[in-house]
Amino acid sequence: MEQWRGFNPGNWQENIDVRDFIQKNYTPYEGDYTFLSDSTDRTKNLLKKAEDLMALERQYGGVLDIDTHTVTSLLNYKPGYLDKKNEIIVGFQTDRPLKRGVNPFGGLRMTRSACEAYGYRLSDKVESEFQYRTTHNDGVFRVYGKETRAARSCGLITGLPDAYGRGRIIGDYRRVALYGIDRLIEEKKNDKDRLSTSDNMMDADTIRQLEELYQQINFLGMLKGMAEMYGFDISRPANNAKEAVQWLYFAYLGAIKEQNGAAMSLGRTSTFLDIYFERDIREGVLTESDAQEIIDDFVLKLRMARHLRTPEYNELFGGDPMWITEALGGVGEDGRPLVTKNTFRFMHTLYNLKPSAEPNLTVLWSKDLPENFKKFCAKVSCDTDAIQYENDDIMRPIYGDDYAIACCVSAMKVGKQMQFFGARANLAKMMLMALNGGKDENRNMQVGPVHEQYPDEYLDYNKVCEYLDIYRPWLARMYANTMNQIHYMHDKYAYEKTQMALHDTDVHRFMAFGIAGMSVLADSLSAIKYAKVRCIKDKDTGLITDFETVGEFPTFGNDDDRVDSIACEQVEKFYEELKKQKLYRNAEATLSILTITSNVVYGKKTGSTPDGRKKGEPFAPGANPMHGREKNGALASLNSVAKLSYDVCRDGISNTFSIVPQALGKNEDERIDNLVNLLDGYFGQKAHHLNVNVLNREVLMAAYEEPEKYPNLTIRVSGYAVNFCKLSKEQQREVISRTFHEAM
Amino acid sequence: MSTKGRVHSFQSMGAVDGPGLRCVVFMQGCPLRCVYCHNPDTHSFEDGDEYTPEEMLQKILRFKSYIKNGGVTVSGGEPLMQAEFVKELFYLLRENGIHTALDTSGIGNLEEAKELLSVTDLVLLDVKFLDAESYNKYCKGDFEQVLSFLKLAKDMGTPLWIRQVIVPGINDTEGNITALVEFLQGYENVKKIELLPFRKLCVPKYENLGIPFPLADTPEMPQREIDELYKLVPDKLK
Repeated sequence: MEQWRGFNPGNWQENIDVRDFIQKNYTPYEGDYTFLSDSTDRTKNLLKKAEDLMALERQYGGVLDIDTHTVTSLLNYKPGYLDKKNEIIVGFQTDRPLKRGVNPFGGLRMTRSACEAYGYRLSDKVESEFQYRTTHNDGVFRVYGKETRAARSCGLITGLPDAYGRGRIIGDYRRVALYGIDRLIEEKKNDKDRLSTSDNMMDADTIRQLEELYQQINFLGMLKGMAEMYGFDISRPANNAKEAVQWLYFAYLGAIKEQNGAAMSLGRTSTFLDIYFERDIREGVLTESDAQEIIDDFVLKLRMARHLRTPEYNELFGGDPMWITEALGGVGEDGRPLVTKNTFRFMHTLYNLKPSAEPNLTVLWSKDLPENFKKFCAKVSCDTDAIQYENDDIMRPIYGDDYAIACCVSAMKVGKQMQFFGARANLAKMMLMALNGGKDENRNMQVGPVHEQYPDEYLDYNKVCEYLDIYRPWLARMYANTMNQIHYMHDKYAYEKTQMALHDTDVHRFMAFGIAGMSVLADSLSAIKYAKVRCIKDKDTGLITDFETVGEFPTFGNDDDRVDSIACEQVEKFYEELKKQKLYRNAEATLSILTITSNVVYGKKTGSTPDGRKKGEPFAPGANPMHGREKNGALASLNSVAKLSYDVCRDGISNTFSIVPQALGKNEDERIDNLVNLLDGYFGQKAHHLNVNVLNREVLMAAYEEPEKYPNLTIRVSGYAVNFCKLSKEQQREVISRTFHEAM
Repeated sequence: MSTKGRVHSFQSMGAVDGPGLRCVVFMQGCPLRCVYCHNPDTHSFEDGDEYTPEEMLQKILRFKSYIKNGGVTVSGGEPLMQAEFVKELFYLLRENGIHTALDTSGIGNLEEAKELLSVTDLVLLDVKFLDAESYNKYCKGDFEQVLSFLKLAKDMGTPLWIRQVIVPGINDTEGNITALVEFLQGYENVKKIELLPFRKLCVPKYENLGIPFPLADTPEMPQREIDELYKLVPDKLK
């Protein structure tokens, strides 16, 4: 085939096998960053146009425009451009950049209130179109029981994808570039024919699969139509680097036109695309500057992707994020690093286009990465605070070498695995509920099973653990049941047709549960075990609502096994309970310790805890130690988190690390070397994830006061990067209050 | 071998006290009373937690994977006041292939210091002032001891990084820096000179301890002026 000229042959030609194509064709790069090209004048002009629009968007309160008349989908908008004759990569979700469409498939009420929050009204046209249509949200609430409703409303489980798109699914967008749409349709048709024969029993699972395949094929056709509107024929494979990027972007664009999922990762594309860049350079039709220009243009498009969200959604997931996560680097199963020149080009966009939260650049760290690449990563972290790191050496043995990261920390094989996203359960609150006989401590409402209240004035460690053992299995069952209902309904009413068309038909499913309040729970149990904790009851309700803690106790974040082992044990016990549950579509249970910015909301909904945290105060994010409790410095804090086992938390363990530049080293070279050593040391202990911020608290305080002066200030929070100025004031204050490791 | 040491605190990550990433052990107790001291809570010889060298080694080994390009710095307080403990600790660290640095004023027993330097890879020597009068006035110490320590380190060939805290109105002159550079000529073992700006982050510590901060009215030393003064230091010592 003409489009495959110059490529090494392999199984990828016979079967849909992108990994095989990469392995047979990519060129590892071990050099340094000096080959990179700066942005061209064209790119600078285009960036200026985009920045002007984004400034306007900020002035308009965060949303530039909403098309309230058109339900977003692949073919519903005319083509949109930023600057048609100067764009290299084209395509927007609607007919104008930054204009947001409405997507009521997740829930009509959310769409309505999102429009209203920004001064719009959902049109009668869309209202009437959806009058007789069941949304995902409708479906879920038709079946929710009393327990789930109570647990949701008191904040025991929060952030569930029951009123918005679940996301966390990564289409293998590379397939469109490598194979073209026609071949992909043909394969899906074959799968459908195979399933339709009388060898198969037509049970509910098979029938659902057949209907899904019908929809996948239908949407692949629409994807082709969408590209045609922009003047491109993607029925065939991409013929060069520019087309490969454009084809891949069209596939991603189709997905985000169709779905407003919470996290819509890009996958692992840079090394795949590098093969096309290398071929063009070899053929003499592309220079380094041209290559960088294509990537700059592509990334600029990604930065302009938008979904319409409600203010409540932003409370959980602050900063208007899309989680366009791109996994970079890592090492192949044969030991060759998967770092290419194009990996560098992606990271270089943080200079050419200035720092930004999106795409969510995620470096898969391995001890075997080339030293030059490690140093470049550290430099980018010091300069931009925009990248995160995840441990390839612990993920590769499980997921192979062609996995990507959904959202923040969730690994999955691209095109072969997907997950049912499940937000998180508040384990600190579960403890309070266990002490109060199943009642919510704030609202005096029965949520869990009825049991006697903790009878004694002083808390005894072993006895409290027994009470937890009663409520943990209940919480796990209720949580799993809720998730099963959500994902049944999501499949039924808001199935991801484009994204699932870019998966193998026989896909492996994870069900991703989560924990919030881990360090609060661990420190509380440590207080109970090593200090003296007295219960204080509310005069009116008789509920235990406060604690008096006397004496010293070890806290999580100091590399102290006395408390770190409690943290590990509680996480493991919860996972063991989750594993026992029967899950929708035989999904495999996984667990994360990740909160995005919802640690603020979770804290708000949780009463005082025995560790000394007062009612309403924020939790630490993800698996972080509580602020101000780390007494032995940065590495001790990292060591505590590193003890949490990835075997138990296969959906990821998020840790955010902030350090002032002066404490990392006296000059740039020292800081780079020290950060590389820090990352090697942390991941060498099988830790999973690290966000790295190298900045002074004063910068954040200045941005808090005068946000307009810091439009590009990007920081890492739990699992993603965020434009600091897009966070709510409350979230900003919480970020400022977090531990910044300083020199003594 | 297990002299107990009184340790004020343990910092798992330092990147400014010696080369690379380092664990820093702050010893409790100091005979000096420098007017700009930023660790007044380490003055007393009574406080702190007791550790055996083995116990401290175990604590440090938890960080071995991070500090392969760095090591351990023992600071204080004045570590020479507990030279026996530090010596045993450094001996153990060296056995484990970990680089050892001693952050000291040089004030202490010379015989003990000699044994300690035999297991020390690098000394960060804080040469606070260059004459006996100032040394006594601002630090309540005997400058002769510093000179003796310098001679010892020279004789033993122990690499030195010389440090000095620069305080506005006291020693922030070009003349002072030039004098420091001249003073160190002839010490082939001096590898580096660092000028540290006077800072007042320690004020809350003084307030907690209920003791007055002698330089409460002195302004902080701006980094840009330090950068200017640092130009007087020869490149080979930067």
